[in-house]
Amino acid sequence: MLLSHLPALQVVLPLIAAPICLVLHHARLAWAWAMLISWSAFGIALSLLNRVLSEGVISYHIGKWAPPWGIEYRLDEASVFMLVLVTTIGVVVTTFAKESVEKEIVKEKIHLFYTCYLLCFAGLLGMSITGDVFNIFVFLEISSLSAYALISMSDDRRALTASFRYLVMGTVGATFYIIGVGLIYMATGSLNIADLAVKLPAVADTQTVRAALAFLIVGLSLKLALFPLHSWLPNAYAYAPSAVSAFIAATATKVAVYVMLRVIFTIFGVSYVFGTMNLGPAILSLAIMGMFAASAMAISQKNVKRLLAYSSIAQIGYIMLGISFATVTGLSGGIVHLFNHALIKCCLFMVMGCVFFRINSTDIKDMAGLGKRMPFTMAAFVIGGLSLIGVPSTVGFISKWYLMQAAFEAGSWVIAIMIPLSSLLAVVYIWRVVEVAYFSPSPDGETAIKEAPVSMQIPIWVMVAGIFYFGINAEFTLDVARRAAESLLGGIVL
Amino acid sequence: MSSLGLYNYWVVVVLMMSGLYIVVAHGNLVKKLIGLNVFQASVFMMYISMGKVAGGTAPILDESIKVYSNPLPHVLILTGIVVGVATTAVGAALIVRIKRAYGTIEEYEIEKHEIEEEETNAAEGLTCF
Amino acid sequence: MNNQPIVRIGAKIMIPFIMLFALYVQFHGDFGPGGGFQAGVIFAASLILYAIIYDVEEARKIVHPWALNIFLGLGIILYAGTGIAGIFLGGNFLDYNVLAHDPVHGQHLGILLVELGVGITVTCAMTIIFFIFARQEH
Repeated sequence: MLLSHLPALQVVLPLIAAPICLVLHHARLAWAWAMLISWSAFGIALSLLNRVLSEGVISYHIGKWAPPWGIEYRLDEASVFMLVLVTTIGVVVTTFAKESVEKEIVKEKIHLFYTCYLLCFAGLLGMSITGDVFNIFVFLEISSLSAYALISMSDDRRALTASFRYLVMGTVGATFYIIGVGLIYMATGSLNIADLAVKLPAVADTQTVRAALAFLIVGLSLKLALFPLHSWLPNAYAYAPSAVSAFIAATATKVAVYVMLRVIFTIFGVSYVFGTMNLGPAILSLAIMGMFAASAMAISQKNVKRLLAYSSIAQIGYIMLGISFATVTGLSGGIVHLFNHALIKCCLFMVMGCVFFRINSTDIKDMAGLGKRMPFTMAAFVIGGLSLIGVPSTVGFISKWYLMQAAFEAGSWVIAIMIPLSSLLAVVYIWRVVEVAYFSPSPDGETAIKEAPVSMQIPIWVMVAGIFYFGINAEFTLDVARRAAESLLGGIVL
Repeated sequence: MSSLGLYNYWVVVVLMMSGLYIVVAHGNLVKKLIGLNVFQASVFMMYISMGKVAGGTAPILDESIKVYSNPLPHVLILTGIVVGVATTAVGAALIVRIKRAYGTIEEYEIEKHEIEEEETNAAEGLTCF
Repeated sequence: MNNQPIVRIGAKIMIPFIMLFALYVQFHGDFGPGGGFQAGVIFAASLILYAIIYDVEEARKIVHPWALNIFLGLGIILYAGTGIAGIFLGGNFLDYNVLAHDPVHGQHLGILLVELGVGITVTCAMTIIFFIFARQEH
């Protein structure tokens, strides 16, 4: 009986679990509870994936109010792909969080940490699953508000200012988004995504709809940290608690990208956004500027977490590059890179969590000789780094290969060459860390540093295994991404 | 309809721009938060205005009422207001903690503290390279 | 404000009426304008008024912070529980029609429970926010 209600339970389960976690009021218990919930959410997501791939689109009506009047949860390939991604990262990070959080956060606040964590998790899942543009805003704010709180839980006082800056920029972004939603509601009288796709073409040639598109794109670009609007991201990722960095870096911006995909491809349609409005070149140039500028800034960073944060902005550039081609290859390249980058960044930020766990710092200078003293952790860093660069047999290669192919298809070999060219910058910043960790003598006296605990190692190596598995056998991700891209480009998802 | 007939949309635009200006131009974190609230208030205004149907009354079910305003935007923006309150609360809580950690809520002073912190870190780092 | 008899007595008269008004807004919400959000805020306003007039510590004695925390969670659980009950009674999530033998009664019951959950949660959340900020000064 419950099987047909899985779409609702996917979101409701973590949402109800959060207040229960608040009532539990015990650190270990809260962790165990969060673990239970994230595994159940993962199970639900897998079973939904299975159903969508075999039976096609699932539509669930909240309160039996038929769409377009009621809120509809709509699952197609793209949204179920995001659900699997978010819940996978959720399971991995929750496992990792136990030791990491106990070290970085005061014991009295740990249950609050998991409450916010579950809320953030629920918000991200809700954004992926819902078929209602206003509902997306609500879930966006649930996830963002809890993310601000999570970031500010760090001991470092700079996390507070980073979180405040994120709050200001994030709220401006979200408010831009509801202005856009309001304008399309004015023009069409509907909030349901599938219904909007039908109704918008009739009124597309009005000032209202054009303004709506502008507000939606700018607002979401702020949320996903597209290049010139990224200034909230580096500090927020760098000073947040390690588990939070790993979770948010792998999911929050990715889900915002997904909402952007929905807005561009499902609501407005390719021909309107890339044809009539001709936004392609604008997104393309911002993406390429982001790829180079953010990678260049990453090179000069002293803190590895900040370095990785800048690298994230560059990777968002790659994803947006794929989207800007508006072809099946480009879009599926973008979606695959979205998945792959989530794996890589989650792995790398967890590695930095382990490093922080042992040496209380994530500055490059403090990592001298770490390659010998924490061999497993640093090996994972090297593998993650190689994948970020795009070395064959890792996931990074697959997605960059696809993006290059898309660029060739679009007839632009200049862009195709820019992809490996900007990867060279990644070589530089990854090498800076590797050099210090492996080829600098370790400072004397600190011989007591040993490997991070096993419960932190396991999630990292699960991610590493994922990096290799999906790098060698990319059939599954490519297949799902291609189907998602096709359904997005097909206009109305049926 | 003349442009004056749409006066509440002019109010929306003015509020929106002044709110955004306050967020950008003021260095005081509390003022930034107030600017954010003004900015959000403009959106509330916009949604409430769009629900109005010419000649319509309040959407209460009664046989004598034929034309009534669209209540949906109001319900939506009620959610928006709640989100705004939550944002303000989180923001205010952050400001209180920033004040405790830095002793100030002026952005440029906080930045000065942060740059000093970076520099002392960098000075320690010189010995390693 | 212990030395201001007019304010103290004025508040004492007002507070029960504010609470009553909150309950009216809460339970009349399905016939007229109103609902859980507004009622919750009005109810919280009466508690906050009490705290402002008679000192925050006094107010904390009346509504314990831990009780607020528990009720905050309970409100959400009441909301979600109504939704889940819809699933178990054979409808969709938040389907009120199945809550009673007749859909109209079901809708009534559903909206009443959900709004009650919202009201409780909003009251507790607003009061907690006020208490937390009020503590900062000391």
